[in-house]
Amino acid sequence: MIDFLQLLVYGVVLGSILTLGAIGVSLIFGILRFAHFAHGDIMTLGAFSALAVVSLGLPVLVALPIAMAITAVIAVVIDQTIYRRLRRTAPVILLISSFGMALGLRSLIQLIFGPNNQVFAKGIQMPYRWGDIVVKPDHLLIVGGAIVLVLVVHMFLSHTKMGKAMRAMSDNVDLAAACGIPAERVVMWTWILAGCLATAAGVFLGMDAQLHPVMGWNILLPVFAATILGGIGKPYGAIAGGMVIGIAMELSTMVMPPVYKPAVAFAIMVAMLIWRPQGIFKGQA
Amino acid sequence: MSLLDIKQIHGGYGGMNILNGVDLTADRDEIVVIIGPNGAGKSTLLKAAFGMLKINDGTMTFDGEDITHLRPDQLVGKGISYVPQERNVFPSMTVLENLEMGAYLRKDDYSRQMEWIFELFPRLAERRKQQAGLMSGGERQMVAMGRALMLEPKLLLLDEPTAGLSPLFIDQTFEQVKAINKTGVGILMVEQNARQALHIADRGYVLTTGRNRITDTGANLLANEEVSEVFLGG
Repeated sequence: MIDFLQLLVYGVVLGSILTLGAIGVSLIFGILRFAHFAHGDIMTLGAFSALAVVSLGLPVLVALPIAMAITAVIAVVIDQTIYRRLRRTAPVILLISSFGMALGLRSLIQLIFGPNNQVFAKGIQMPYRWGDIVVKPDHLLIVGGAIVLVLVVHMFLSHTKMGKAMRAMSDNVDLAAACGIPAERVVMWTWILAGCLATAAGVFLGMDAQLHPVMGWNILLPVFAATILGGIGKPYGAIAGGMVIGIAMELSTMVMPPVYKPAVAFAIMVAMLIWRPQGIFKGQA
Repeated sequence: MSLLDIKQIHGGYGGMNILNGVDLTADRDEIVVIIGPNGAGKSTLLKAAFGMLKINDGTMTFDGEDITHLRPDQLVGKGISYVPQERNVFPSMTVLENLEMGAYLRKDDYSRQMEWIFELFPRLAERRKQQAGLMSGGERQMVAMGRALMLEPKLLLLDEPTAGLSPLFIDQTFEQVKAINKTGVGILMVEQNARQALHIADRGYVLTTGRNRITDTGANLLANEEVSEVFLGG
């Protein structure tokens, strides 16, 4: 029972990180109709941008918004210089180009920061204990940060003109054009939002463990699984999808070795694609 | 000069031309109906007027300005609104949000226009918080027309607004189209329910194979024996 609760804690932490990545993947798919394979590496980019700021002597929480800004700008630049030219071609070409972008970003990060594990803060954090359950302060920060960001995204999508335009374009591109909604500006805001969320996911992932140039790529599969579980193109579904995948991955270690965690995410993704490709939620969203 | 003036338009979706030299005019004070057999290019003509077609020859002007090669997002700001036959609402968004998206280009206060739309379609006022995708076909058509009216267009293009509706909703839709036209919005619509549409039309165009076949007032077209036999089913 203690094991179960402890793993549940880890699952919620992992789920928070996956959720932040999956909302971005879902938004990008909704607007641009392609699966963004470089999203994991955008997370890595965000984490290492934060590391660069932290190395100047600033705390992680101050570094986070700065890293978000850096990553969002880079994401927009990548879109404008590379993806934009390919948008009129078949979606599969965009998908492959994002795969290439993933490799490029990862190599660039490795070139600059080296191939070793790095950490935001050295030393051991004193964990909180409730009975036999252990929770690190960073865990609370990760979950709390994810909740705040999800609320911000919700407010943005439901209460701002640009947020609503994003949902409109995701619903029906042609009708959005018929309303005069400026597609390119919506696309740009989508990358800014997705870039900021990916940065938070990357930084939280680095806080939970370590930073490594492959950290984002390694988590891309669970992020895609979460996106599909929530119904691809439905950002609200991504929240539930992230939590389910995160918790399932951690709980699976009760019955099988931890190396199979990604396999659990993969199995859920395949099962969903076979039985409920539209996601766990019914109807349009 | 007419508000919309289409002269000898040829065009299609990239391959063969579907329109082979069509003329058409429409003004703010009239309801103009396009009828004809399947494949005559009725909907295609409407799409051409909204910049969704590759125009290979001919010209189009709106309000005296050349619009032959403008895109939909450029036209909508000039006073043309278009309601497609299908996929004409944002399904995951509420009625209110659909109308807000219709007003996306407006920087001024559009609450009066919205109130007027809710008066025109009282059913929408009751359901402003409902998701458009969960509504009936007739209600969705109202959302679609309401959305298109938010910019206070000079000309409203309607592609088969009564398709798939029950007879009650069909009558209601034609009444609403008349009411919209009375406020100074020109109507150009394609209709399958040709006889009923011609009853409210000031003028009608009969198209066949992408060409003008007959052009006359609504009343004359209804009285025309050839039109009656061939295009209105006797």
